[in-house]
Amino acid sequence: MTHILSNTSAALPGDGPRRGPGPIAALDPRVRILSAVAYGVFVVALDSLIALSAALALSLTLLALSRLPPGKTLKRVAMVDGFILFMLALLPFTVPGDPIFTLWGYPASWQGLARAIQIGLTANAVVLALITLVGTMEPVTLGHALYRLKAPETLVHLLMFTIRYVEVLRQEYLRLRAAMKVRGFRPGTNWHSYRSFGYLVGMMMVRAIERSERLLGAMKCRGFSGRIVLLQEFRCTRADALFALVLAGALALLLTLELTLR
Amino acid sequence: MHIVDGALSNPVVIGGAVAAAGGIALGLRALPLDRIPAAGVLSASFFVTSLIHVPVGPSSVHLILNGLAGLILGWAAFPALFVGLLLQAVFFGFGGLTVLGVNTVNIALAAVIVGLLFRPLILRGGPVGAAIWGGIGGACATALTTLFVALSLMFSGDEFLAVAHLVFVAHLPIMVIEGLLTGFAVLLARKVKPDLFLSMKDVQA
Repeated sequence: MTHILSNTSAALPGDGPRRGPGPIAALDPRVRILSAVAYGVFVVALDSLIALSAALALSLTLLALSRLPPGKTLKRVAMVDGFILFMLALLPFTVPGDPIFTLWGYPASWQGLARAIQIGLTANAVVLALITLVGTMEPVTLGHALYRLKAPETLVHLLMFTIRYVEVLRQEYLRLRAAMKVRGFRPGTNWHSYRSFGYLVGMMMVRAIERSERLLGAMKCRGFSGRIVLLQEFRCTRADALFALVLAGALALLLTLELTLR
Repeated sequence: MHIVDGALSNPVVIGGAVAAAGGIALGLRALPLDRIPAAGVLSASFFVTSLIHVPVGPSSVHLILNGLAGLILGWAAFPALFVGLLLQAVFFGFGGLTVLGVNTVNIALAAVIVGLLFRPLILRGGPVGAAIWGGIGGACATALTTLFVALSLMFSGDEFLAVAHLVFVAHLPIMVIEGLLTGFAVLLARKVKPDLFLSMKDVQA
C-alpha cells in the first residue's frame, strides 16, 4: 500500500494528467455508479464457477474499455488479493467434503477449493468493475453524482471536504516525515519509533483541526451559511441507455450460465 | 481488516448495510452544519494516517486508528470512516462494494463505542492519565474491530471459524501498536490542543 503515499503519485486521482476519453468516461457518472452497484449485487449472488469466470471476463472487458493502464490496475488488484490469500488458502481444509490430498494430517477438500475459487473470482470481478466504472471518475464528480442520486447532502459535503483535503494532508504528512528524516529518524521496532509515530499522528490531527478552523473562517467570510450549492448537472444520453441495455443483456447471459451449467 | 465481496452470507451483508445506514444517519444528525469542514478535514487526515506503515519486527503494519477517530469525532466517526472506506474501495480496490456496509460497521461501530466510553476519561485529569486511557481505547477499538470481523465471518459459515480465530490472533500485536500510537497521539493533543476532543461538540467561532 506504500505506493499511495509515495512522493510521486497523488493520493487520489484527479490531480495528475487527465486520462484520455474512453467509451466509459463518456458515460453519465450516475449511470456508471448504478451499473457498478447492480453488477456487484448480481455477481455476488452467482454461485457457479463458470458464470463467475464469465463475470471476471466481463470485468476485464470493462477494464479494456476504460483506458486505465491495464498492467498497473491488475497489479493493484493482485496486491489486494495478497491480503485475502491466507483466508482462501485455509478454506480447503475447513470445508468438509471429498479429500484431494492431506497436509500434516489435515485433509483438503474439493468443495473447499471450489469455495475459495468462488470467493476469489467474485471479489476480483466486482472490484475490477468498481474501479473501472466508478474509480475512473474525478473524485469530485463522484460527489456530485452521489448528490444527484439523492445521497444525503451532509454526507456528500463530508465526502467533498475529504476529497479536497486528502492530497493537502498527504503533502503535510510527507513534510513532517521529511523533517523527521532530516533529524535522523529511522523507523524500527522500538519504543522511540512508536512514540514518534504517535506524536506524528497527534500532530496531524492538531494541524487538521486548526486548518479546518481557518477554513471555516474563510468560508464564513464569504457568506457560508451551512449550505454548499452543487451545480454540476448530468445528462443521460442515448449512449447511456445503450450501455445499460448491453449490461442488462450481459447480466441475463450470466444468469443463463448460472442456471444451465451447474 | 477489509472483508471482500463474495465471502459473507446474504443476511450478514444485508444486516451490515442496514446497520451502516443507521449509523451514518445518526452520525450525520450529530454533525452540525458548521462542523462539516472540521469533520471532513479530520476524515481526510484519518485517510492519510491509515496509510502509514509502522514497522513490526521484519514486517510492517498499516494503522486503522479508528479508536482515535472515535475519541475525536464521536458519532461523526461513522460517516467520516464510511467516506474513507468508500474512497478506498472505489479508487484503490480495497475491500469491496456489497461488503461496504459490513466493513463500515466493523470499523466505525468500534470507533463510536470507544469514543463514548473513553472520551469522558480523556477530558478528565492530566495529559498522562488521558494518554493511558487513550492507549487503552485505541487497543480496544482494534480488538472490537477484529472481533466484529471474526463475528461477520463466523455468522457467514462454519468454514470460516478457523479464519476468524486466525484473524484475531494475527491482530494481537496490531492492538498493542494501535494502543501505543493512540496513547502518544492523545498525549500530544492534550498538551498542544486539548480542544481537539471537543471539536465536534462546542461550536467555535
